[in-house]
Amino acid sequence: MNKRFFLAITVPLIAVWTAFPLAAQTVEAPDAQIKRVADEVLAIVRSDAKVQAGDPARVREVLDEKLLPHFDFRRMVMLAMGRNWRQATPEQQNALVEQFRTLLVRTYSGALAQFRDDTINVRPLRAAADAKDVTVYSEVIKPGTTPISVNYSLVLSSDGKWRCYDVIVGGVSLVTNYRDEFNQQIKIGGVEGLLKTLAAKNKGATP
Amino acid sequence: MKRAISEMFRGCFALAFVFATLLTLGGCATTGTAEGDDPLEPLNRTMYAIHQPLENYVARPVVEVYEVIVPGIGRAIINNFFRNIDDLFSGISGLLQGKFDKAGHDFGRVIINTGFGLGGLIDFASDAEIPRGGEDLGLLLAHWGVGPRPYLFVPLLGPMTARDGVGMAARFYASPVDLALGNNNVALRNTLWGLGTVDLMATGVYASDLLGDIGLDSYTFIRGAYLQRRAYLSGETKFGRLELDEDYDDGYSVPPPSETSQDKQERREP
Repeated sequence: MNKRFFLAITVPLIAVWTAFPLAAQTVEAPDAQIKRVADEVLAIVRSDAKVQAGDPARVREVLDEKLLPHFDFRRMVMLAMGRNWRQATPEQQNALVEQFRTLLVRTYSGALAQFRDDTINVRPLRAAADAKDVTVYSEVIKPGTTPISVNYSLVLSSDGKWRCYDVIVGGVSLVTNYRDEFNQQIKIGGVEGLLKTLAAKNKGATP
Repeated sequence: MKRAISEMFRGCFALAFVFATLLTLGGCATTGTAEGDDPLEPLNRTMYAIHQPLENYVARPVVEVYEVIVPGIGRAIINNFFRNIDDLFSGISGLLQGKFDKAGHDFGRVIINTGFGLGGLIDFASDAEIPRGGEDLGLLLAHWGVGPRPYLFVPLLGPMTARDGVGMAARFYASPVDLALGNNNVALRNTLWGLGTVDLMATGVYASDLLGDIGLDSYTFIRGAYLQRRAYLSGETKFGRLELDEDYDDGYSVPPPSETSQDKQERREP
């Protein structure tokens, strides 16, 4: 009786213990994720004639489907705004995130075709197993030029997926750069001023 | 006439050199935001306003004509020639900073490209995958503790700190081409000066094209990117993770940023 009771307790426990690491492994490691996403997007850029021709609708489709789900735009804006984030109302916050996302998509969709001949070399991640905020280091190699370091800061979202909140190209952090810009705009016209500037910028230029 | 233009360029560099030296001596090495880095912002913005039409209506047409007259391979050769001189200065800067690996690569590159690559016209060293050190005299000054401030925007030359301006001026003054040719072959020397200027213009125009229309205010954006890049190369930033303010409740947990060995390794090989 005692033995059976012991088994009755321990077997499920062991099952749970062994199941947990298995469950943890099903979350894709951040470095593997970066490598996979980059390879998928590059494969499309290399094979898709529409993307190569810069067809805005198709580029947008590829970005929406393959790239953008892996970014945490809300966190980007929070970091870029610093203390000013809390001065914004929830509606303003949502609008800022949406405008910032549009700005980045608009800026980078034109550049997508230029990455055609590039290869990305992702370095193995060195981080604690329970880390929730990591940096993945990579090198982008464009034939005939010096490789440039591109690092990605990722955070483990509450849905169990890693999402990128900053890209650091050759030591230049995207979010840090927008910090200056956001601060400047907020100083001039407050949060509403920043929102207006972003919206005007997005409306002004061609997508 | 050609001579006069060349002298004018040299005069401009001399002026920039003196200006930049004064500013560097006056600048103090305090930490601060980009705003603190740019005490001359009103002046710089004026310079930026002068720069934009100059770039669009002078540099860009010049570069376009250059691209028509000189085929791609020719432009690559010209670029190789000047990059070879850059490599020499990178080697000297690396050596004086005690970065012997980098300096070794740079001097190796210069020897190979100068010796076998027709005086630097052909970049065999890159084919042999010898990496560029990517150092310059501005980074050497940084290593010696010279502060970067203030930030300057120079029409046609683009963003720089006073420190980098001094390094750049010294690099042009001590150019091995000038030292070798002296006044013996003024025509060749001036031709090289002209080509070097056009090559530099092309680099600037390509950089602005690459940057495109990204920022909300292009002046601020360029300043931020330039200062970040130079601080990173000179090892002056910790370049850690960005932090949210402490009392944010965003549902994530953020560990305190710390410089990992990867950061350090990364910086050694930009």
